[in-house]
Amino acid sequence: MAEAALRTVPLDKARILHWLQTYGVYAGVALLLVVNVVITPHFLSAENFRTQAVQVAPVIIVALGMALVIGTEGVDLSVGAVMALAASVTALYLGYGLLPALLVVALFAAGVGLANGALVAFVGVQPIVATLALMVGGRGVALVLLPQLEDLRNPSLASLGSGDVLGVPYLILIAAGLALLVAFVVRRTTFGRQLLAIGDSRPAAQLAGLPVRRVLIVVYVVCALLAAVAGVLATARLQASDPTSLGNLMELSAITAVVVGGTPLTGGRVNIAGTVAGAVLIQLLTATLIKHDLPPSWTQIAQAIVIVCAVYAARGRGKR
Amino acid sequence: MAPPAEVLAVRGLSKTFPGVRALDDVDLTLHPGEVHALIGENGAGKSTLIKVLTGVYRPDAGDIVFQGRAVSFATPLEAQKAGISTIYQEVNLIPLLSVARNLFLGREPRNRFGLLDFARMNREAEEALGAHGVRVDVRRPLRTLGVGAQQMVALARAVASEARIVIMDEPTSSLEPREVETLFSVIRRLRDDGIAVVYVSHRLDELYAVCDTVTVLRDGRRVHHGRLADLDRLSLVSTMLGRELGEVRKEGLTKFTGEHHATGSGPVLEARGLSAPHKLHDVSVSIRPGEVVGLGGLLGSGRTETAKAISGALPTSSGKVTVAGVPLRAGSTPAAIRAGISLLPEDRKSEGIVPGLSVRENISLAVLPRLSRFGLVSEARVDSIVDTFVERLRIKASSPQQKVGELSGGNQQKVLLARWLAMNPKVLLLDEPTRGIDVGAKAEVQKLVDELAADGLGVLLISSDLEELIEGSDRVVVLKDGAVVGELNGDEVTEDKLMRTIAGHAPERDAVGEAATDG
Repeated sequence: MAEAALRTVPLDKARILHWLQTYGVYAGVALLLVVNVVITPHFLSAENFRTQAVQVAPVIIVALGMALVIGTEGVDLSVGAVMALAASVTALYLGYGLLPALLVVALFAAGVGLANGALVAFVGVQPIVATLALMVGGRGVALVLLPQLEDLRNPSLASLGSGDVLGVPYLILIAAGLALLVAFVVRRTTFGRQLLAIGDSRPAAQLAGLPVRRVLIVVYVVCALLAAVAGVLATARLQASDPTSLGNLMELSAITAVVVGGTPLTGGRVNIAGTVAGAVLIQLLTATLIKHDLPPSWTQIAQAIVIVCAVYAARGRGKR
Repeated sequence: MAPPAEVLAVRGLSKTFPGVRALDDVDLTLHPGEVHALIGENGAGKSTLIKVLTGVYRPDAGDIVFQGRAVSFATPLEAQKAGISTIYQEVNLIPLLSVARNLFLGREPRNRFGLLDFARMNREAEEALGAHGVRVDVRRPLRTLGVGAQQMVALARAVASEARIVIMDEPTSSLEPREVETLFSVIRRLRDDGIAVVYVSHRLDELYAVCDTVTVLRDGRRVHHGRLADLDRLSLVSTMLGRELGEVRKEGLTKFTGEHHATGSGPVLEARGLSAPHKLHDVSVSIRPGEVVGLGGLLGSGRTETAKAISGALPTSSGKVTVAGVPLRAGSTPAAIRAGISLLPEDRKSEGIVPGLSVRENISLAVLPRLSRFGLVSEARVDSIVDTFVERLRIKASSPQQKVGELSGGNQQKVLLARWLAMNPKVLLLDEPTRGIDVGAKAEVQKLVDELAADGLGVLLISSDLEELIEGSDRVVVLKDGAVVGELNGDEVTEDKLMRTIAGHAPERDAVGEAATDG
């Protein structure tokens, strides 16, 4: 009898791991919400929710692009640099009006994405190396264009950063809209399916006649464009262009959100809802610790624990 | 009566996966020096049984008694240390390490400083491989060896450790005939040394050549066991399939009728003078609608390369491919597919299926753009195509949402066929379409190829199974060292003629091929 009981243990463990992998991130968010309602004063105020959401919105937007890249078994380290580049270019071209400035930002971002994509798809450089080059180079260009912090006084930019519809900030609306759009693209379009197939088995995708190079390039361009959107929004909220520190370590926050959200680094699967929840989880965790006056180092340790848990749960997949 | 000194006794082994009873009360007994055939269709439970024996899976019920002691291996390493070695169908070694290091992986000789003793390792590796007739530079990375040679390294590794039982899971699927002979002599030596061998294969010739006893599994249950000599081939096949003897006899061992009537005048596919450095030299093949053209030749003769060159997957230095008279842009797989060429690749697992995606998504993968408008997928049209092919090809999956990686080899192959048939191709290039799939699925695939040819498709068939090649093809183009050395037409399409053509053009080894591999 004892032996039989022992034998059922691994199976249950696998089931728990599977559950954690699928719903762990949502359970984590729910748990943090409940804990905060109990222990944090004024947690339930609308103001607090708005602050949290506005802070997490750029991370979510960057993580959406990162999730797509990771779905192709790649990674994009240049997203933080693209945010900085977007900030510089916005400052330089804002004189011509907001819309022209945004167009130039998009051009620059698309350029970075094309470079990443071409290195990966045509030259065959590993994504981590290709995007590392652009990460270093991109921030360099951003600093050449605008060497130090510059205050921006443009009413339309300011309203983009702090305006709202019925009390919901534009930032949140934009992040939510983009998340829905990306989720739709992954689930319902040819491009989304091809992306997953390429991430799961590139040789098979190639032999099945899929436009592998085109898909890869588009994925990196989309990722860079999303990072640029995040860069512009963060700049708008600050009402200042800060290419030195904007987007620093953003690539790691985005990767964390994606991994915690249940998208495996091995490609072939993209979980958008999980990615959003992953970003929210990290945000809530950080906010909770800060509100209770714990030093920032604790936040990092807590993040590390969440990442290890997520990786452990992910490890359980694959096996039976 | 069986002698009492059995090395392995398995009783009442059961293992259930979600939705599948993979093993149901299975017994297995092995004696020292016994070569035991383990056979069954794919999905019959052979792989599961092996994985339970070697500690990959834990059984739900049943006992394993190894050398008189009840054992329960937690990991493959434990099983290996206890004396159960396994050679898997796919080579399970580390491609970037040297041949010698692979051979001694996990039990490397050390010098007195505790560091790896490379000199000794290389010397002993050379000796061990030499004993199996493999002469290679053991310092080279394993991946620079051919698949057959890699398989021999795996074999040498399994035998070199202190094994009491060696399990071989389709060891010959990537071996050349000469290497198969070497394998057999190794097996016989193991038998003489009192080591028990479990031999899994779909090739009946091999089973009868080396095995003493047999266990037949079907749907997770043991349906037959005993001496192999007491069971003739047809009985074996019928036991495996669970079909009546008369039925099998009537239908023969392959499902090919071998009668296609090439229709139309011009060829549907014409490849002229295909060359690729070190791989192909001026290869020409043409296929008429409704014709099955076989590509004959030994391992490494350029059959796969020819198929890949036609489908644009292998860059060519010269040559031209036309489909129904229209020339094809060279080196572009999408262009070849648009023109109506479909390639079923040899390496199903890494180049064919997308394992993490569902049956539904795998089938619709290539045809997706045609089922989409402005990049949006029409789910209804995908469903209708998927349902049609799942039914027509009798693909066995728990649902279209099941991951393809979880299906048996035969069903994976059917999914790939469905992917291409959904494209309405003009030409099908089939590279080893029945390798590693069970007898039942094999027959279905063969029958399907016949039907497709009858519908007017041009088919290029590559198969190491001579019976299949001969019975399936209307015409056979024979390759050797990347060049065409002969063509068999009509009555000439016989095993005998094919062998002669291959052998007749077999000078010791031509200088071009040698230089090419060295360069």
